[in-house]
Amino acid sequence: MIPLEHYLVFGAILFALSVAGIFLNRKNLIVLLMCIELMLLAVNTNFIAFSHQFGDMAGQVFVFFILTVAAAEAAIGLAILVVLFRNRRSINVDDLDSLKG
Amino acid sequence: MTFTQFVFFVFATVAVLSAVAVITLRNPVHAVLALVLAFFSAAAAWLLAEAEFLGITLVLVYVGAVMVLFLFVVMMLDINIARMREGFARYFPVGLVVALVMGAELVLYVLSRAPEAPPPAPTPAEVSNTRMLGEALYTQYLYPFEIAALILLVAIVAAITLTLRRRPDTKYLNPAEQIRVRREERVRLVKMKSES
Repeated sequence: MIPLEHYLVFGAILFALSVAGIFLNRKNLIVLLMCIELMLLAVNTNFIAFSHQFGDMAGQVFVFFILTVAAAEAAIGLAILVVLFRNRRSINVDDLDSLKG
Repeated sequence: MTFTQFVFFVFATVAVLSAVAVITLRNPVHAVLALVLAFFSAAAAWLLAEAEFLGITLVLVYVGAVMVLFLFVVMMLDINIARMREGFARYFPVGLVVALVMGAELVLYVLSRAPEAPPPAPTPAEVSNTRMLGEALYTQYLYPFEIAALILLVAIVAAITLTLRRRPDTKYLNPAEQIRVRREERVRLVKMKSES
């Protein structure tokens, strides 16, 4: 069977990659949202691995709730994105500084 | 290395490579498709950890619904890709260093505290993962489950109210007015003499 560390290293690599993605694509709002989804995937992988290792269903229940909240977040985030694009004709983060004093 | 571990390495490698593609690809549509591949491979890795229900849920709900929603939005919006890529080369070293240091730290921590416990034996085939998850969800975690349902409802309401807009220039029927109409306003009975 697969040891716990393999899953943890896998999750760590995914998490580090998504952090790098947030750095690299700081102009593009939609890629930022995608990087957040990738981060949640890494966290969920850790939960699943620990749940498997210790034989406890609580980890999988938590993954279930994280999936729910992530779906809600994606829906609302994309709705805000669409409204933003309708009003400003752009989703570039640089154009969204109208709240700046 | 057993065959199961080999399969896990294949899926993990595909997931990591497609995650790299997500953050580096120029075209957002390609990035979303790479993200779909990453989620799919991660779901396969979850299946290897005996989380069958969540693995299938990830494919059906996440890849099937949320990623398609992303794809819709990316294709619907007319995004100027060239302007979005400004600063990619400038921030590349910073992002690389942060990601490398962070990943190395996490991996070192995991490897330095490797548990002595061996991986658990595979559960017998007659134990159903879905049944166990359902039993935990509907007894011990019933209230969180209901709150999750409420969160989804709030998300639906928020998404609809955000994107709904009234356009005065379009022609549409007002259902309230239409229902309120009386017979007398519409029908006029005419009496005529029959022509011989």
